[in-house]
Amino acid sequence: MLVFVAGVEMGGENREKVVKSTSLYDCHVAAGAKMVPFAGYAMPLNYPAGIISEHLHTRANASLFDVSHMGQISIWGDGAAHALESLVTGDIIGLKTWRSRYTQFTDDNGGIKDDLIVTNADGRLMLVVNADRKHADLDHLEITFRDSLDIVMHDDKALIALQGPHAASALARHAPAVAELGFMSAATMAIAGIDVTVLRSGYTGEDGFEISVYAESAQHIWNILAADPGIEPAGLGARDSLRLEAGLCLYGHDINETTSPVEAGLAWSISKRRRAEGGFPGAERILSEIADGPKRRRVGVLPEGRAPAREGVEIINIDGETVGKITSGGFGPSVGGPVAMGYVDAKSAEIGTKVGLLVRGKTIAAQIVKLPFVKHSYHSG
Amino acid sequence: MSDLKFSKDHEWLRVEGDSATVGISDYAQEQLGDVVYVELPEIGKQITAGAQAAVVESVKAASEVYAPVSGAVTDVNIALEDDPALVNSDATGEGWFFKLKLDDVAELDKLMDEAVYGEFTASLE
Repeated sequence: MLVFVAGVEMGGENREKVVKSTSLYDCHVAAGAKMVPFAGYAMPLNYPAGIISEHLHTRANASLFDVSHMGQISIWGDGAAHALESLVTGDIIGLKTWRSRYTQFTDDNGGIKDDLIVTNADGRLMLVVNADRKHADLDHLEITFRDSLDIVMHDDKALIALQGPHAASALARHAPAVAELGFMSAATMAIAGIDVTVLRSGYTGEDGFEISVYAESAQHIWNILAADPGIEPAGLGARDSLRLEAGLCLYGHDINETTSPVEAGLAWSISKRRRAEGGFPGAERILSEIADGPKRRRVGVLPEGRAPAREGVEIINIDGETVGKITSGGFGPSVGGPVAMGYVDAKSAEIGTKVGLLVRGKTIAAQIVKLPFVKHSYHSG
Repeated sequence: MSDLKFSKDHEWLRVEGDSATVGISDYAQEQLGDVVYVELPEIGKQITAGAQAAVVESVKAASEVYAPVSGAVTDVNIALEDDPALVNSDATGEGWFFKLKLDDVAELDKLMDEAVYGEFTASLE
């Protein structure tokens, strides 16, 4: 039997020789985490409770995630919002102070170079980008704006996500101001006297926060929150199953340079003004796909039975013709069975379409379904 | 000391006469984490030692289970279809995978007893 180190299949290009650790490494080891290499960092795959238990606890209560491997980049200077719009599809100029927005860096072919959250941090733009892409993103920004803007990657900062229906009440005990924070809004505040920046957002489909803090204070913040009886730590395994059920894309799997934002179902993140004006890389393809529809679409795929259909599994139509491929798939603990997403030809993308999945030489019956698998429970204040 | 024998691939066998019950070891289930699906062989199938006999899937990964010895499949644990987590909760008991009628009991000599297997897994840490 092959015993896996599951982190290997989670990242693809993550088997780097030099494995760095985040400032929370000691907290993970003390909590009994199974550490795996991911995007060049030693990260917790799961804690002794296990992935399913951590996943369910997040949906029922609240969980702490170390996401310090992700890239935190600040850019500022005259016309920074204008400048960033030349690289991403979203409306940055219209982003109000302390509001945040999901968008994508695209390339000239309309493919996705990375997806990110941009926050207007009162004079600076704060970007949170994927761990695997952060150095490429930084290069991209520096090459484009080296003479016009200031750009800093905050390797000295940790990022802690607190996610779940009880996240707000738990965090409010230490920082009452979070109760007033709207979804996709950010603020600076203090937790136990430590300055942090809090963004009400996440990657689980639940209400929650991402807390940016200088690395030297990260363990203190983590331990304060972990001491709450309702809060448990959760690892990358649960983070992946939570985002899959929430229908959220994982860069390098569900989106990459070969997929456009429209194919990926992310056209909602391209505002009316940006559609009218264009002016982002790949605008020609992306705008024509918005107008005429893309050739293929990212869809939810619900397999019948219990066998998971994982990344790479071929999707066939009722005539046995290949119509697409699974890009993320596994077991959804809240669904209680296998869930997947992938790309299919536009004519097979209609909700309710019956398809087959080729798993180990057998065909598993499945259906195209609406995403997400688990309803989002974002804060609506 | 138990009557179990173990393979390097982390399967266990419990031998009775010329037949054996096969599963994955407690060490293996711990490494895999929460088991969510087990694909079992068909009854009557002839399997050669070292060939794939079953598939076990945890939340994160699918892993192949090899036949530690050669034989014909005489029974499979259908309880795993509805409750694959039995592999986690009772790997060497209720979480068994399949039974084999052994082709050659001499093949058992190549397997480890529990003490040797314990040393083997300790060396993997």
